[in-house]
Amino acid sequence: MLSRTADTLYWLARYVERAENTARILDAALRLATLPAGYGGSSNEWESAVAATGSEDLFRSLYGEATQATVVDFLAFSPDNPSSIRNCLEIARHNARAVRTALTIEMWEAINGAWLEMKRFDGATMTRPRLGEFLSFVKEASLRFDGSAYRTMLRNDAFDFFRIGVYLERADSTARILDVKSHILLPEGQSVGGGLDYFQWSAILRSVSALTSYHWVYRESLRPRLVADLLILRREMPRSLTSCYENATRHLDYLARTYGRQGPSQRLARASYARLESMEITTVFATGMHAFLVDFIGENNRLGQAISEQYLV
Amino acid sequence: MTVSAFDEMTGSGADVRQGYERVKTWIGETEVEQLRARQHEAELLFRRIGITFSVYGDAEAEERIIPFDIVPRVLTRAEWDRLSAGLVQRVKALNAFLGDIYGKGEVVRAGVIPEDLVYGNPYYRPEMAGVAVPHGVYVPIAGIDIVRVDADTFYVLEDNARTPSGVSYMLENREVMMRLLPDLCQTHRIAPVENYPDELLATLRSLAPASAPGFPTVALLTPGPFNSAYYEHSFLADKLGVELVEGSDLFVSENVVYMRTTQGPRRVDVLYRRLDDDFLDPLVFRPDSVLGVPGLLSAYRAGNIALANAVGTGVADDKAVYTYMPEIVRFYLGEEPILQNVPTWRCREPDALTYVLENMADLVVKEVSGSGGYGMLVGPKSDVATIAAFRDKVKANPTNYIAQPTLALSTCPTFVGEGVAPRHVDLRPFVLTGSDRIRIVPGGLTRVALKEGSLVVNSSQGGGTKDTWVVD
Repeated sequence: MLSRTADTLYWLARYVERAENTARILDAALRLATLPAGYGGSSNEWESAVAATGSEDLFRSLYGEATQATVVDFLAFSPDNPSSIRNCLEIARHNARAVRTALTIEMWEAINGAWLEMKRFDGATMTRPRLGEFLSFVKEASLRFDGSAYRTMLRNDAFDFFRIGVYLERADSTARILDVKSHILLPEGQSVGGGLDYFQWSAILRSVSALTSYHWVYRESLRPRLVADLLILRREMPRSLTSCYENATRHLDYLARTYGRQGPSQRLARASYARLESMEITTVFATGMHAFLVDFIGENNRLGQAISEQYLV
Repeated sequence: MTVSAFDEMTGSGADVRQGYERVKTWIGETEVEQLRARQHEAELLFRRIGITFSVYGDAEAEERIIPFDIVPRVLTRAEWDRLSAGLVQRVKALNAFLGDIYGKGEVVRAGVIPEDLVYGNPYYRPEMAGVAVPHGVYVPIAGIDIVRVDADTFYVLEDNARTPSGVSYMLENREVMMRLLPDLCQTHRIAPVENYPDELLATLRSLAPASAPGFPTVALLTPGPFNSAYYEHSFLADKLGVELVEGSDLFVSENVVYMRTTQGPRRVDVLYRRLDDDFLDPLVFRPDSVLGVPGLLSAYRAGNIALANAVGTGVADDKAVYTYMPEIVRFYLGEEPILQNVPTWRCREPDALTYVLENMADLVVKEVSGSGGYGMLVGPKSDVATIAAFRDKVKANPTNYIAQPTLALSTCPTFVGEGVAPRHVDLRPFVLTGSDRIRIVPGGLTRVALKEGSLVVNSSQGGGTKDTWVVD
C-alpha cells in the first residue's frame, strides 16, 4: 500500500482514540468537580485534566486559570488546541476523506456521521447536561468507528497500521493519566484511607473504563498498588501498557510477515513488550512511578518514530 | 425572448412520448408531499455517503452536495443507439485529429483548419510533437456534452477531452434511485451502468505501454482532497481497485514512474490522471506546481507510462476547434457526421463578428478556452450593461470568442418544491477508448438547470443532476 495511505490510517486511528480518551478525562474531571470537597472534590481537578493530556504549556498560553469553563473549552472545543476533541474529529475526518478508498463504507459513515453531528454542539453555549450529552456522543462515535473497523476491515496491512495507531495512542494516554495521579498512588501498600483518595482513584479507573474490571480482577477494595498493577501490567486489561504493547507487537509482527522482512520498529516493540511482561509492580514503585512513566512515554514516542521511518515516509 | 422548448416527456404537446409512460403515471399518482419526502431522503443519502463537491472561492460552503432530482430522464433504446453511433464516430475523429496534429499535421496542410488555431492554441503542447503515445490513444476517456432541441435533433455542445468529470454521479444517481424508488425502477427495463468501472479498468489496462509487465499497475492521480472533484477521484479509485495517488506519492527514476509504498517503490504503468497538464510535471510545465511529479513527462516520452488522457488533448476540446469538428470527422473518417454541432459563429471571421456584435442580446457568447459555465454571456438573460461590457471584451479580442444561438434546450419534468415542472437539461455520456475497442455505458450524466428558464446546467452555477435511463 501507499506509504501515505498507511500514515493517514495510522493517524486517523490515533485521532479517534485521542478524542475518546480526552472525553473520558473530561468525564472523570466533571464527576470529581461535582463532589463536595470533603468527599474528594478538589479544585485542582481541572489542572489535572489538562496535565493528563500533556498540554499544560499550550493551555497556559491560551487561558488564565484552569476552571471548568476554560478546561472544557480547551479540551473539547478550542480550535487552537490541535488535540481538542473537535480538532481530533476534524482531522480524523479529513484523514478519512483522504484515504477513503482504504476504509470500509461503515467506517466512513461512522466518522463522517460523527463529524456532521459534531456541528450540533456549540462550545460557547455548553450547559452541564449538554456537555454530558456531548461526551457520550464522542465516546459512542469512537466505539462505533472502532467497532466498524474491527468488524468490516480486511485483515491486511492497512488493518495492522490502523490497529498500531490505536494501541500506541492508548498506551500514551494510559501512561499520562497515571502519571498525573502518580502522587496519590503512593504510599505503596497502604489501603485507601478516606473518601478523598477513594474518589480520586475510582475516577482514574472510571476515566479508562476500568472500575468494574478492577473489582473483577482483584476482588478487593481500591489499593494504589493494584490500580497501578491493573493499568500498567495486567494483560487482560485492554487499557494496560502491557496489553497495548502485546497488540502493537503482534500487528508489527504481522506486517513483518506480510512484507517478508522486519526492522527497528519490530525490535523496539518486542523489547518493550518483553520488559513489561516480566516486570513486577514492586519494581515500578521501586524505580519511582513518575520516572517509570516518563521513561515509558519516551519509549512509546520512539517506537512511533521508528514505525514512521520504516513504513510511513 | 421566450423559446418554447421540446419536452422530453410530452414532446411539444400534451402527449406522452415513448419510454415515459410509467414515469408520467407515477408523477400523476404521487402526492407532492411524498415527492418532497423522497427528495429529502435522497439529499440525506448523498450527504451521508459524502458525495460532495467544492466550489472555488466559496470558503463558507466548503463542501456542497449537487442537488439531485428524483424524476429520471428517459431515453429509448432507439434514441440511444443513434446517439451512441454518433459518439463513437466523434471520439474516433478526436483521437485521429490529435494523433495528426502532434504528428504529420495533414489536417492543417489540407487546409481543413487554420494553422494558428492548432499550433497557436494555448492548449497545444509542443513538448508532445512527435511523441508516440501508447497505442496512439489520446483520449481514452471523453465526456461529450449533448443537448437536444427536438425529437430528432441532438447537438454536440462540447467535447471534453481533458479530464471530464461527473461519472461518479451517473453511478451514484442510479444507486440512489434504486434505493429510493425501487418500484418505479422495477417497472422499467433500464440498461445497467454499474459496469462502468470494469469497462474503465479494461480500457486503462489495454493502454499499458509495451515495456510494462504482463499485469500492468494502474493508479489514479488526484490533486488531493481540496480539489472540487475529489469525491469522484476516491470513488473511482475504490471501484477500480487501484491506488489513489497524489503527486508526492510518485517519483521518477531512470524514466520509470514508481509509487512509494510501505514495501518500497512499485512501478506504475498506467496513470489515470485527474490533474491538468499545467500541473503534471514542474520540470516541464508550471514550475511552481507541487501537485505533479518531476520527471513524469520524460518517463512518458520514453514510453514507460501511459497517461489517460494524454498530454495536450486540450486542443481538441477548445471551443474554436470545436467549430471545425464536422469537417474533422469528414476528413479522417470520410463519413458524414451523425451528431451535428450547434450552429456557431466564429468571431475570428469578420462577417460572423459583425453579426455577433449586432445580435448579442439573442446569442450565447463563449470564451473559446472557458469551461464550467464561466466566461460566458447568455444574451437573453443579461441586462444592457452586462451585454455592453461583454461586447467590449469581444471587440478587443474576437479570436477568443464564439457565439451560438440561444438554443431551446429540451426540458424534462423536474421536482421543484411546489410540484413537478419542466426544466432544461443536457446530457454527458462517457466514451471509453482502449487499444482494443470503444466502450460506452448506456446513459450518462443528465444535468438540469433547476432555476426556472435557466439554461446553465453547470454544478458550479446551481445546476443539479438526474438519473438517466436508457430503456428497452
